[in-house]
Amino acid sequence: MADKTLTRADIVERLHEVTNLPRQECQMILEDVLETVCAELERDQDVKLAKFGNFVVRKKNQRIGRNPKTGEEASISARRVVTFKPSPVLRNRIETAHQGGGRA
Amino acid sequence: MLRSELVARLSNKYTELRPAEVELAVDAILDEVAAALERGDRVELRGFGAFSVRRRDARTGRNPRTGAAVNIRSKNVPFFKAGKDLRSRLNNGLDPEDR
Repeated sequence: MADKTLTRADIVERLHEVTNLPRQECQMILEDVLETVCAELERDQDVKLAKFGNFVVRKKNQRIGRNPKTGEEASISARRVVTFKPSPVLRNRIETAHQGGGRA
Repeated sequence: MLRSELVARLSNKYTELRPAEVELAVDAILDEVAAALERGDRVELRGFGAFSVRRRDARTGRNPRTGAAVNIRSKNVPFFKAGKDLRSRLNNGLDPEDR
């Protein structure tokens, strides 16, 4: 199984192939997509992308945690976190593609 | 914000493109991420976050209604971890993972 890391450059290349727009414009579009999603999450708005998944902002209260290595107690500050809930379509695509050949 | 709203917003900026072209672009981006995960690749978008596939081991679950034990086989699921910049933006400019 391939074990590569895709980056912006790869996505821009694909975008260029699909749309035939200049690479520079493809790069701008990708940045604008990512920035728009970030900005929505920043103002506490969930982002729901059909057939892909939902990005959801969750508020976590302060709590006492433990360093799993040392067992030391530590206070974990209140924070906002983003969770990604993959859509059933995406889950199925991944599950089908990885059937049998599971890896960590 | 929905997929359609994202497309609409981008269309306002890219006035030289037809909305259908913007939609095609958004679809292509998301599909490329999905395709990479299908191949078992990671997708790393600095500032935004990283997508990867994580394996969930087989486990014994329970039917919540009947309480009956059921075997759940191992599976591979898409996973997203927000990037440092995004974590900071959600927490007054400070990445909580830095502490």
